[in-house]
Amino acid sequence: MNILNLVKIAITALLRNKIRSLLTMLGIIIGISSVIAMVSLGQASTINVKKEFSAMGSNLIMVMPSWQRRGGVNMGNTNSKCLTSKDYKLISNNTRYIKYISPMVNASAQGIYGSKNHPCLINGVSPDFLEIRNFELERGIMFDEQNIKELAKVCVIGQTVLKELFPSEDPIGKVIRFGNIPMKVIGILKSKGSSQDGQDPDDIVFAPYTTIQRRFMAINHYNMFYASATSEEESELAATELTYILRNSHKIDGNKEDDFEIMTQEAIISSISKVTQALTILLSAIASISLVVGGIGIMNIMYVTVTERTKEIGLRMAIGAQNKDILLQFLAESIILSLIGGIIGIIFGLILSYILAIVLNWPYVLSIKAIFISFFVCAATGIFFGWYPAKKAARLDPIAALRYE
Amino acid sequence: MKNEIIKIDKLSRVFRVGSEDVHALKHVSFSIYEGEFVSIMGTSGSGKSTLLNILGCLDTPTSGEYSIDGVKISTRSKSELSKIRNTKIGFVFQNYNLLARTTAIDNVMLPLLYNNKIPAKEKRDRAIEALKAVGLESRMNHMPNQLSGGQQQRVAIARALVNDPVILLADEATGNLDTRTSYEIMTLFQDLHSQGKTIAFVTHEPDISAFTDRIILLRDGHIIKDTEVTPISAKEALEKLPPPEVD
Repeated sequence: MNILNLVKIAITALLRNKIRSLLTMLGIIIGISSVIAMVSLGQASTINVKKEFSAMGSNLIMVMPSWQRRGGVNMGNTNSKCLTSKDYKLISNNTRYIKYISPMVNASAQGIYGSKNHPCLINGVSPDFLEIRNFELERGIMFDEQNIKELAKVCVIGQTVLKELFPSEDPIGKVIRFGNIPMKVIGILKSKGSSQDGQDPDDIVFAPYTTIQRRFMAINHYNMFYASATSEEESELAATELTYILRNSHKIDGNKEDDFEIMTQEAIISSISKVTQALTILLSAIASISLVVGGIGIMNIMYVTVTERTKEIGLRMAIGAQNKDILLQFLAESIILSLIGGIIGIIFGLILSYILAIVLNWPYVLSIKAIFISFFVCAATGIFFGWYPAKKAARLDPIAALRYE
Repeated sequence: MKNEIIKIDKLSRVFRVGSEDVHALKHVSFSIYEGEFVSIMGTSGSGKSTLLNILGCLDTPTSGEYSIDGVKISTRSKSELSKIRNTKIGFVFQNYNLLARTTAIDNVMLPLLYNNKIPAKEKRDRAIEALKAVGLESRMNHMPNQLSGGQQQRVAIARALVNDPVILLADEATGNLDTRTSYEIMTLFQDLHSQGKTIAFVTHEPDISAFTDRIILLRDGHIIKDTEVTPISAKEALEKLPPPEVD
């Protein structure tokens, strides 16, 4: 019995019970299409996260104080005063791998202009910050080193702040009052668009960091440093260099722990990618449960088929079919059943992931690997779940099978 | 001396039913020679089905020797027995055992599918040849449910002939048919016999065995009679039947 004949016989047998074959395949179809959709969704979300974080800036490095623990109580990192102007100066003067660096001091205040007001987050930064975070000016100018030295009361505002406070006016040169500190608007940022994390990147005010330090917060330290490595390859080196400089500056020796924390964009992306990958695996695992259920459906139907066709099996044996011929015949049926189900499932899965990509506004990812794996999983399902029914058929005694009614 | 197609010697078959041994065949010995048309008769329980299963290589004897066409089968493996069935034996069953929703020619070709030595083209030619031999070449592409009982049995006979077996084994082949159709089928068997086919025909109907030229009578696992007889012509018997009623 050659393969062509086997396939022909199997397909003929499956066509005899069209509805039943279709329903049996349904399990596999659902299983495979959900696995494909989940894998593709997972990959899309990974790509999405990467895109999102790349938009945050180029070769971004963040330095922040370590979380403080006192007697086992996590105090958070906001109170630490370890990042200072001394660090800033040392880094600026000694670095080889950092292109831009900016301190960051945060303040929040109600911005008031005329009859309008809006709660604002004010980031005290250096002019480099625009380069580091890929912000661009739409109009006006960024404050400069001179403004920083003078603790100038100037600011640059984002599009959301613009809309809230100046719905119909040109804000350049106007003064916004933050609490009782008046700040002159000198520039407007271009929109950064929406962000997946729910924060509006345009709802922002930039001001000289010294102004925020002294006039708003009355502090001498910085909340964070934002830096940009010279290149993506060198961001690890830059992080090492920063660690070295800061440890020296903070006089941390030997094996004592750092009192600061450095995060590179790559590290953040990879840790988030890990989370999305884990989620993908989890979702795929859940989806593959339906594949197993589908496989059991095939097994069940193959048992029914074997019982129904006992007489045919007896006849085939009587006219010379060997046990292996019978085994292969039924195995071929279950494999073809699951493969056809698999192919339909792959098509459905691709359509489903395409629709999801459009609905979620995510990139559409076609995973060739997932398709190939599903195909082989189908074949394996067919063999695995078809084996016992086929074995049962092959073991039948021809005399008893011929007499079976 | 003609070729000995089937030779059985002191053949016994014991079944174990619960704690009891049932001796279905007890030291049975006989031979069937090439060109013979033998009927094996007996009431139910006489052991004729057991004998047929052993002759058909579907079952193996508990003791004794059986050889078909010079091949001893007692020591053969299951797959070797399959090959012997495939190449040396043609089965005809009481209830035809045709595959449903499968054309006559595909049904006839079935035994050849399990023989890799025959090229695909020849398989079809041989199936057409076999259908011609039973006079059904015009119904080649009909499904079993489009054929009458007699025609279905003819397809089954064509299937038994297609592998050019050394012996045709028929098991109550006329049991499901009316008298007229039975006689038609027996006419076909007599034709095949006259062309030199060796046939063993298991039946419990004496008027059917009358068409064969040797009758082996079994009772309780023993051969109690083995006689050569002068057969009645099935064709003549058919002519003597009253004409079929026409509605």
